[in-house]
Amino acid sequence: MITLQVSRYRPGQDAEPVFQDYEVPLRSDWAVLDGLAHIKDHLDGTLSFRWSCRMGICGSCGMTVNGEPRLTCGTFLTDYGEGPIRVEPLRGFPVIRDLVVDIDDVLAKLAHVKPWLIREGEELPLTAEYTQTPAQLEAYKQYSMCINCMLCYSACPVYALEPDFLGPAAIALAQRYNLDSRDQGDRFDLLATDEGVWGCTFVGECTSACPKHVDPAEAIQRYKLTAALTSVRNLLPWGRS
Amino acid sequence: MTALPSYRPRVHPLWWARRRAYLVFVLRELTSVFVAWSAAYLVLLARAALAGDAEYAEFRAFAGSPWVVALNVVALAATAFHSVTFLNLAPRAMVVRLDGWRVPGFLIAGGNHSAWLAVSALVAYLVLRS
Repeated sequence: MITLQVSRYRPGQDAEPVFQDYEVPLRSDWAVLDGLAHIKDHLDGTLSFRWSCRMGICGSCGMTVNGEPRLTCGTFLTDYGEGPIRVEPLRGFPVIRDLVVDIDDVLAKLAHVKPWLIREGEELPLTAEYTQTPAQLEAYKQYSMCINCMLCYSACPVYALEPDFLGPAAIALAQRYNLDSRDQGDRFDLLATDEGVWGCTFVGECTSACPKHVDPAEAIQRYKLTAALTSVRNLLPWGRS
Repeated sequence: MTALPSYRPRVHPLWWARRRAYLVFVLRELTSVFVAWSAAYLVLLARAALAGDAEYAEFRAFAGSPWVVALNVVALAATAFHSVTFLNLAPRAMVVRLDGWRVPGFLIAGGNHSAWLAVSALVAYLVLRS
């Protein structure tokens, strides 16, 4: 058996989160999420947490495990010896109940960066293909692997301190389209702001926390360079388009 | 739509001490003060050198005082820490491709460190040759 110290917050009952201990079987093939499911099914049905695919694809089960933002479906009980293991909601977010956090703000930010292919001028017929070379695909593929698990936001101290900060995943998502050869959009006014890339102080923990190796820190720093060059170009009389 | 009632945790004043990466980040930011001091010291040195022998002698007396020496020893360590950690981050901001091959991060960081050492060696040679 291993002890899970689970953060509980029940609106109307708890003024602030409290920890509750649960003993769950220590099995080599059990992830922390399996331990939480065991609690929910056999020990305490009132425990609330998000989950879906259990295979690191949906990004639903992000929580803070022993102080680190992790996908609980890919974090195994045996990684923590004899325990105990402390499970808390993702840091930096308002807690709705127990391990469930309010993600509306991040969802709005993801939509804010226009995460779709923007075309200008004449549209090709719907039957036409926008072909890409393998190199063109490689240019943005890394940033398209994001599963919106929000571990990067939880790891980012800037987001915790400045909630208006656009944040790592949203900027990486914007770069996913900026670097796509089929996209003709201009996201400069969205990204080159104090709440955008210039709000990032480059702590780099977003990249360390990312379970999909998206490297949002790289995306942000690369756009800083793009934004700086664009700003300089806009200052030049012959540089304005 | 009605907002859900929720608990909004406060950020602890010592958030930066919670993780090593945060601590290194804060230290890197704090060392900027010493980088600024080093730049100001260099400007003062250049101004004194250009102003004539008397001004330069006065600056040397100032630079030789124990507290300035102590401050500059700390500033040297701080600026070295700042430079190393800053250059280690360079690969995150630079994606360099050579004929389609993406240059690995350690080569970019290594190139930056090598250039830094080369420039430092050149400056040391120019300053110390006399």
